[in-house]
Amino acid sequence: MSLNDMVFIVLAIITLLAALGVVLSRNIMHASLFLVLTFLGVAGIYFQLNAGFIGLVQIMVYAGAISVLIIFSIMLVMDVEIGKTNLFNQSVPTILTGVYVSVLLVCGLAGAIWFTKWPVSSIQAVDQGVEKLAGLLLGPYVVSFEVAAILLLVAVFGAIILAKGVEDK
Amino acid sequence: MIGLAHYLILTSLLFGIGIFGVLSKRNAIAVLMSVELMLNAVNINFVAVEKFVTPGTGLGQMIALFVIVVAAAEVAVGLALVISIYRHKKSVNLNDFNLLKW
Repeated sequence: MSLNDMVFIVLAIITLLAALGVVLSRNIMHASLFLVLTFLGVAGIYFQLNAGFIGLVQIMVYAGAISVLIIFSIMLVMDVEIGKTNLFNQSVPTILTGVYVSVLLVCGLAGAIWFTKWPVSSIQAVDQGVEKLAGLLLGPYVVSFEVAAILLLVAVFGAIILAKGVEDK
Repeated sequence: MIGLAHYLILTSLLFGIGIFGVLSKRNAIAVLMSVELMLNAVNINFVAVEKFVTPGTGLGQMIALFVIVVAAAEVAVGLALVISIYRHKKSVNLNDFNLLKW
């Protein structure tokens, strides 16, 4: 087993345990900090996959911006006892449905993945940095790139209007 | 030897944890956090499949970048909605959000 494989196994275990912490912890502040750990683990997996730029974007956007946004809005909306902020739904059938759907999905997907012959390429991947990505984004996919920019602009306006509230005349 | 299948199984586990959170949590912000877990799982899938199946094209990383953009927009609008609903109903419990239920 090479070093790369061991790095993957360690990162995968960290990511999965942190994701379980997000779902199972009863305090939503702990859950959000576990979410940051999950994002960092996923960023490590990107680095291990030779996708350094995506890993950096993951750290900046997810572990930096989105987690700060989530933690701030938790502080804005929580007024009950902090240990009871992240409970499961009261109705047992809802929880059982969640367990059933997720276990079924994971078992089905894992079985399908394990028994599929993947057309794995023999070329060794190298990290070309950001050049290839920039060539794609500003070349054949420039329309999607601009649409993404417009989407971000609309989302910023929408978030401001929704959070500020419409004043009654 | 770690291959493509190991990455895909890791991401399906992450996706399963996320979908369990979405279906069974009571707090609206916890549901949004679980959605983020699912989007992260999908992103790892894109990057892993690109590395193993079509190495050197950069397509998977590009799509992962677009997913990150959409996720950022989604979480901003979602949290603004949660804050706006909290102002009216003084609650973030999803069972209280039943304005459209008859």
